[in-house]
Amino acid sequence: MSDHPIKDDVSGVDTTGHEWDGIRELNNPLPKWWIYTFYACIAWAAVYWVVMPAWPYFWDGAWHHTKGVIGYTQRNEVGNELKLVAAGRAEVMKQIAAMPLQDIVKNDNLMEVALAGGKAAFGDNCAPCHGSGAQGSKGFPNLNDDDWLWGGTLSDIETTVTHGIRWETDADTRENMMPRFLDDSILKSDEVNDVAEYVLSLSGHSTDAAAAGRGGAVFAKNCVACHGADGKGNQKLGAPNLTDQIWLYGGDKATVVETISHGRGGVMPAWGGRLAPATIKELVLYVHSLGGGQ
Amino acid sequence: MTMARAEKTYGTMTTASYAVMASLIAGAILALIVAAKAADTPMAIHASLFLLAFVAGVFTLISRHFNALEHRPGADDGLGYNDNVVKAGVIATLFWGVAGMLAGLYIASELAFPALNFDFAYINFGRLRPVHTSGVIFAFGGNALIATSFYVVQRTCRARLAGEIAPWFVFWGYQLFLVVAVTGYLMGVTQSREYAEPEWYTDIWLTIVWVVYLLVFLGTLMKRREPHIYVANWFYLAFIVTIALLHITNNLAVPETWVSSKSYSVFSGVQDALIQWWYGHNAVGFFLTAGFLGMMYYFVPKRANRPVYSYRLSIIHFWSLIFIYIWAGPHHLHYTALPDWAQTLGMTFSIMLWMPSWGGMINGLMTLSGAWDKLRTDPVLRILVVSLAFYGMSTFEGPVMSVKAVNSLSHYTDWTIGHVHSGAMGWVGFVTFGAVYCLVPWLWKRERLYSMALVSWHFWIATMGIVLYITSMWVSGILQGLMWRAYDSQGFLEYSFVETVAAMHPFYIIRAAGGLLYLTGTLIMVYNCWRTIRGDVRAGEPIIPDANPSIVSGPLAAQPAE
Repeated sequence: MSDHPIKDDVSGVDTTGHEWDGIRELNNPLPKWWIYTFYACIAWAAVYWVVMPAWPYFWDGAWHHTKGVIGYTQRNEVGNELKLVAAGRAEVMKQIAAMPLQDIVKNDNLMEVALAGGKAAFGDNCAPCHGSGAQGSKGFPNLNDDDWLWGGTLSDIETTVTHGIRWETDADTRENMMPRFLDDSILKSDEVNDVAEYVLSLSGHSTDAAAAGRGGAVFAKNCVACHGADGKGNQKLGAPNLTDQIWLYGGDKATVVETISHGRGGVMPAWGGRLAPATIKELVLYVHSLGGGQ
Repeated sequence: MTMARAEKTYGTMTTASYAVMASLIAGAILALIVAAKAADTPMAIHASLFLLAFVAGVFTLISRHFNALEHRPGADDGLGYNDNVVKAGVIATLFWGVAGMLAGLYIASELAFPALNFDFAYINFGRLRPVHTSGVIFAFGGNALIATSFYVVQRTCRARLAGEIAPWFVFWGYQLFLVVAVTGYLMGVTQSREYAEPEWYTDIWLTIVWVVYLLVFLGTLMKRREPHIYVANWFYLAFIVTIALLHITNNLAVPETWVSSKSYSVFSGVQDALIQWWYGHNAVGFFLTAGFLGMMYYFVPKRANRPVYSYRLSIIHFWSLIFIYIWAGPHHLHYTALPDWAQTLGMTFSIMLWMPSWGGMINGLMTLSGAWDKLRTDPVLRILVVSLAFYGMSTFEGPVMSVKAVNSLSHYTDWTIGHVHSGAMGWVGFVTFGAVYCLVPWLWKRERLYSMALVSWHFWIATMGIVLYITSMWVSGILQGLMWRAYDSQGFLEYSFVETVAAMHPFYIIRAAGGLLYLTGTLIMVYNCWRTIRGDVRAGEPIIPDANPSIVSGPLAAQPAE
């Protein structure tokens, strides 16, 4: 309202004379530390602009930018760092790439790098399905045990990792099919029940001896081609062993019935072409080392 | 008008109201056509929502006309301050505050326990997260800014808000924008631009509402009966103008068809990213900083009943803040495909921004010199002062995190989440709580709040919540950053990504607990405000002069004949 400064009793400082809805303003100067810190920040920025790539400008028909006196570029920096890491490992990686898996296993120096690299690659690529400890989960096999669907030798594991399982775009992918016995009317539901009891009896879990007895005949007619007469499976065909206590999808009655009725067809990607050959080797050696390698 | 009315009654139909009604009817017809021809379900639902809203608007204008003819005692005569729209804004602020914070608490719990999404698409993290961010920033914060700016501009200009219907159009139009935006997120409608998720038709609607908001604000400033424009209004105006500029530029997009809810940005690649973060960072700068500084510049001196510390500081920090802030966006894109020179500019301008930001904190805190004793007795002032402390902390942390060496550790980690929450909960939330605690008794003409003890409870519970939130995110963010960059002796990464996710679990639980405390504080505030509005006073509390007659604004002097 009034434009006349008045003295504020508390601080002894004059107001500017402005007033809005009872609010006045003191005529204090800028705090010295504030303005000097502000200047210092500006000065620092100016120095930074000289040192680093900073201001764009238009000259001679094109856009350019000041390059900075130390010649920094982010692209070069990351390129150099990657080169440094690659150079440090180059010799070992070359040996890993060139040497057959069976020989690497006998070479402690190479194995140290291969297992470290395999662990890192496993964490980034395999852990989402197989778990960070390779412990697996429903539908994704545990890789620490000695039960292998497609074989646990170094070359078996290499084939699986390289070509995947039921991976459509890889011609050499591992392929098999558990039929949908109920859905495709190969078996009736009471036959499914009986054969499930028979399968459970192979590992000593059947609760209905009569049904298991009837199921034996169904099994012999429909399942032995892949799972074998004794139910111990066939790694050449990727047919699981049904006599042990290890189940990919679950060994309770309901799950076994579900598996027989609707079939199973889990998928593992083919990593060949996605990961470098040496990295795949490291992965194979790492998985092989987890406990169950044959 | 050739026929002057003998008895002009405020609220009856005028030429302007007929124009508004015609626009609403035209809008309703357009919405009806779009609803009928909609290419997808969300568009059909949203067009129907618009249709309902426009029809409701027409009926509101008609009932307003007939109510005005009845000359109800105590009805708005169009002469004093327009406080009804501010009251509506305060209630909307409280409502959206609870809704937005509840969504935040839920998604924080989902991060700790992912099973909480119950495999139900509508409540998965990706859809609820923008409900939370838009809910607290644009719904809670936006309503608080609109309500307080309408209150402050009238008081500091000694003028009634410009326009009769326009302020109400801004209020209801903004609520419609929020409802369309939030229901869109739940249905999966999004542009996938952070803090700019609403699709093209929602953006067009907000643009219309926002331009009317600007006109109401400018119109009131032009009617002012004070020689100068108060600093709070500079900040509010910078907020309104810049948000319009940012919103329009960042949302330039081509819809698939005019009846489809999907659009494609006109920008692509790194240009698109830069425009987005120019927008995103200045949404922080002009919505969450400049706007709320406007709020601070009115409520802190008013509540403390002290003059603003330094007029010169307010000028210098205002201009330096708005000039420098607009450059700082590229610091969101360090170590990306963004060219080095743009990263340098983003970082250096962020460093230069430190003191301009702190100017507001200094001016606010120093305004209390001579009134520090009031912090002992007035918990509302305590909330306002703590908001300034958090403002200072997060505007220091921001420049630090913009330094590329720090950013290489902090970027993409929970540290960033902690940083925005110290700003959002500590500064934006607290300064809004302080303003609401001032406004509720002032607007509803109550002698005092229902309970000052409950304000104290709110203060302590919410502060504990913030401390749990930001400390857990600091620890988790730095841990995450260190785990990501850890190498073993062979040069291989030490940890897989899933291991770093698993390591965050305990901190996510602590964060959710912090959010629960903060929400609890807000619920206490809602209860306190509700009882105050009812006119209750809690028995046995000592009288604290929160409604000191010297701080409450007087009524608007009668308008001189125009």
